[in-house]
Amino acid sequence: MTSGSVHINTDIKKKVSSFLVGSNKNRRFGDKLFHGLVFGTAAYTLFIIVIVVFSVGAGSIKIFSQEGFIGFVTGTAWNAVEGRESYGALPYIIGTLMSSGIALLIGVPMSMGVAYFLVEMAPSRVSGPLSFIIELLAAVPSIIYGLWALFVFRFLIKDWIETPLYNTLGSYIPFFNQAPFGLDVFTAGIVLAIMIIPIVSSISRDVMKAVPDSQREAAYSLGATRWETSRMAVFPYGKSGLLGASILGFGRAVGETMLVTLIIGNAIGPSAIPTTLFSQSQTLSSLIANEFNEASSDLQLSALIGLGAVLLIITMIINIGARIMVSRMVKVSPGGRE
Amino acid sequence: MSSSNNPSSRKEKSSGERPSKAGNNFRQTFQEISIKHASRRRITNKIVSIIAIVFVIGAIIPLASILFEVIKNGVAVLSVQFLTQPPGAIGSDAGGIGPAIQGTLITVGLASLIGAPIGVLSGVYLSEFATTSSVKGPKQRAISFFANTIRLFNDVLTGLPSIVIGIVGYVAIVLALNSFSVWAGAFALSIIMIPIVSRVSEETLKLVPNSLREAGYSLGISKTKITLFIVLKNAKDGVLTGVILAISRIAGETAPLIMTILGTSLFFTSLTGPVDALPLRIWRLASQPYESAHGFGWGAALVLILIILALSASIRLIARGKGIRVRTETI
Amino acid sequence: MRLSSSSNEEVTRYSPQTSDNDKRVVVAPATTQTKIKLSIQNVNAWFGKKHAVKGVSLEVKENSVTAFIGPSGCGKTTLLRCINRMHEMTPNAKAEGRVILDGVDVYDKSSDPAMVKRRIGMVFQKPNPFPTMSIHDNVAAGLKLNGIRDKKLINEVVEQSLKGAALWDEVRNDLHMPGMGLSGGQQQRLCLARALAMQPEILLMDEPTSALDPIASSKIEDLVQQLKEHLTIIIVTHNMQQAARVSEQTAFMYLGELIEYNPTRDIFKNPQKELTEKYISGRFG
Repeated sequence: MTSGSVHINTDIKKKVSSFLVGSNKNRRFGDKLFHGLVFGTAAYTLFIIVIVVFSVGAGSIKIFSQEGFIGFVTGTAWNAVEGRESYGALPYIIGTLMSSGIALLIGVPMSMGVAYFLVEMAPSRVSGPLSFIIELLAAVPSIIYGLWALFVFRFLIKDWIETPLYNTLGSYIPFFNQAPFGLDVFTAGIVLAIMIIPIVSSISRDVMKAVPDSQREAAYSLGATRWETSRMAVFPYGKSGLLGASILGFGRAVGETMLVTLIIGNAIGPSAIPTTLFSQSQTLSSLIANEFNEASSDLQLSALIGLGAVLLIITMIINIGARIMVSRMVKVSPGGRE
Repeated sequence: MSSSNNPSSRKEKSSGERPSKAGNNFRQTFQEISIKHASRRRITNKIVSIIAIVFVIGAIIPLASILFEVIKNGVAVLSVQFLTQPPGAIGSDAGGIGPAIQGTLITVGLASLIGAPIGVLSGVYLSEFATTSSVKGPKQRAISFFANTIRLFNDVLTGLPSIVIGIVGYVAIVLALNSFSVWAGAFALSIIMIPIVSRVSEETLKLVPNSLREAGYSLGISKTKITLFIVLKNAKDGVLTGVILAISRIAGETAPLIMTILGTSLFFTSLTGPVDALPLRIWRLASQPYESAHGFGWGAALVLILIILALSASIRLIARGKGIRVRTETI
Repeated sequence: MRLSSSSNEEVTRYSPQTSDNDKRVVVAPATTQTKIKLSIQNVNAWFGKKHAVKGVSLEVKENSVTAFIGPSGCGKTTLLRCINRMHEMTPNAKAEGRVILDGVDVYDKSSDPAMVKRRIGMVFQKPNPFPTMSIHDNVAAGLKLNGIRDKKLINEVVEQSLKGAALWDEVRNDLHMPGMGLSGGQQQRLCLARALAMQPEILLMDEPTSALDPIASSKIEDLVQQLKEHLTIIIVTHNMQQAARVSEQTAFMYLGELIEYNPTRDIFKNPQKELTEKYISGRFG
């Protein structure tokens, strides 16, 4: 126990107090300066947005004034010969949407399966390591996916999936009627699907985890199986979040450049419009990457930046839509303080 | 089983007029149906579980295959000469990827020097100053509108295709300086970095209990010092993991580098000139028709993957046992 | 034994002689028995639309212990936080009225909120030592982060403050250890030492024992008794026995209003208001 009264040395007290009263002007100035600094760094984001809009706008103004926005977006020619220059983005818009669409069709069910397994089935000693593996998958740069797809995966796809599909369905359904080569829109779609699995499955996992257990218990108490519980209670509750996750994955696929450049076949002009599943094609971003350093005229360069403008608009719409849906469901930031 | 009993007894009550024998019959048939039904439901459940497991395996196999191929083909070309020499003549198996390793370190380093402080301080603003309580009314509303706008734009930047960011670097810096340059590459990569660091920093800082800020205020400490020496110091591990995560993300970026640093087979000369980078080198090597180039491509991929894995491992090391959870997959 | 030993008040005349005291109007000359240290005048406080404190006025004597009691949500903590302008730090919170400290309104335009907080220290409901700092650095934090660099002075203040919080003997050999390693009661005394290091004139304690076990609580109560020789203490508590043990004056609040403010003995033995009596006798709250 404490004994006696507390001794306070008034000398120390005076020293400390006099010091503390003194140091004020500097502090206020320092606070203002720091506030200004952090405000400035936050506002830097606005500055970047302005630069993005300005750069893409200024870079593409030439092509849009030559072809018109509608003309550029609906045109199919890609002719860089001097005097007959003409550029259109339509084949690459179609190529982009088709490869990303295939990625969505394959990647989303797989991601949902992974998320369902992680949240509803796996014991924690399995789900921990599995989450780690998925994190690793997300950490692999897309150029390495591309390298692997170009030298390894495309042969497997061609021999094990494309050729059998062509042999069995090719003569009946025009969509499969092209001798597969391995470097085509289908391969690109599948590799994109693999690439978006980490992001779609981990957001879906968070969405499913956010569904309150009371919802599950209600379904279980009615004797529902695990799958019925998910179908009745989990999926409907997390609908918008799961949709948002899928759209976000779609946005990733639409914007992806490097791996597509290596495996989509790099067709140009009207022939880049895929007529079958196994057609060579081209996406907006892959054409930019392929031709940017070889552009022979200012107009061609402007046309490439114009493709960037179209891509920017598409991904903006996709991303904002997806973020709204996800954040409506999962509070992305933990917002609250103690 | 209990589920199938309950409805049957309810059914029986509702048909109370029937003689009890008929009721028993009914219950029996109902139970038979529901048992049959239950077994079908159990089978459906099994099938779904099996599909989920197949999907999980399907997602893991590519990773295993990528790692296997990169290591197998990459180790085959690894040597001191490979790591330090500039590329030899096209098609020959002499030389190495020295300039690419050097260029990646320089470009990513410069991008981090720009991006990390801006990102962290921007996160500090969003967490510590945007919800400031010293101003009220319309001014407070204006501040929170500003903060929400910044958050939205950070999200927009995160979702921007990297090739578009390359275009921005080209138009804003390369055309202005009239040369492909390290500056342009670092600027473009910092655009990718800032929103990631800002978001992770904001989230981490918000997890610092408010009682610590209050303790600071109660001692008459200035907001600047509370923010730097109490709040930020408490959150430093989380902020650091965010920065490393962003670095590992930009280290693998290729598309923005095509139109900013261009790539070269020479070592670094100046910040205003072109430089090489690992991802760029992989792309160029993969596009060449020579076996030896492909081998070098795998080697460069191995080096790149090792750098990124080392960064990821350091994140895990920092975060271990501290309850830090950075959502590395979703950023 | 505890309740007001008036002899103390005459002997240890403690007055805060700081360099800015020329600003102050000294209200009480040495001849009067006790000086009014703090005067709360018509203070109102809101959280958003909720009117949490409704026109409270009261005066606090120097070197005394004043307790605020009342049921949860009665506004006692909010009132306490209005005294050192801590209430302002809460988003959506608003306060009006005057809080006169030594003749100067702490809400006056010319007074600096940080200065007010340095003169009026605070101990919180839950112990909140800085997790990244050692025991020594926790106590020294206020001095260091306010710009004091004199190591010798800091060491002296740390020792004196830890002694003041009756923690010195327990931690003198572990000053470099993290503050979070201490027990709950020790952490709370560490926070007390941290507040004392700033040499405050008034100490606000917001339910300082509510997170502690009875033994740790009684240590804090003992400290309150000893510290009042040197400073003025206002303590918020929901524990009526505690208020009766440690305080000379008690303010009973209910639904944001000050119902009764009288010497503690009178509040507990002979309450003037029916509401007070009901609360004291445990018929609500």
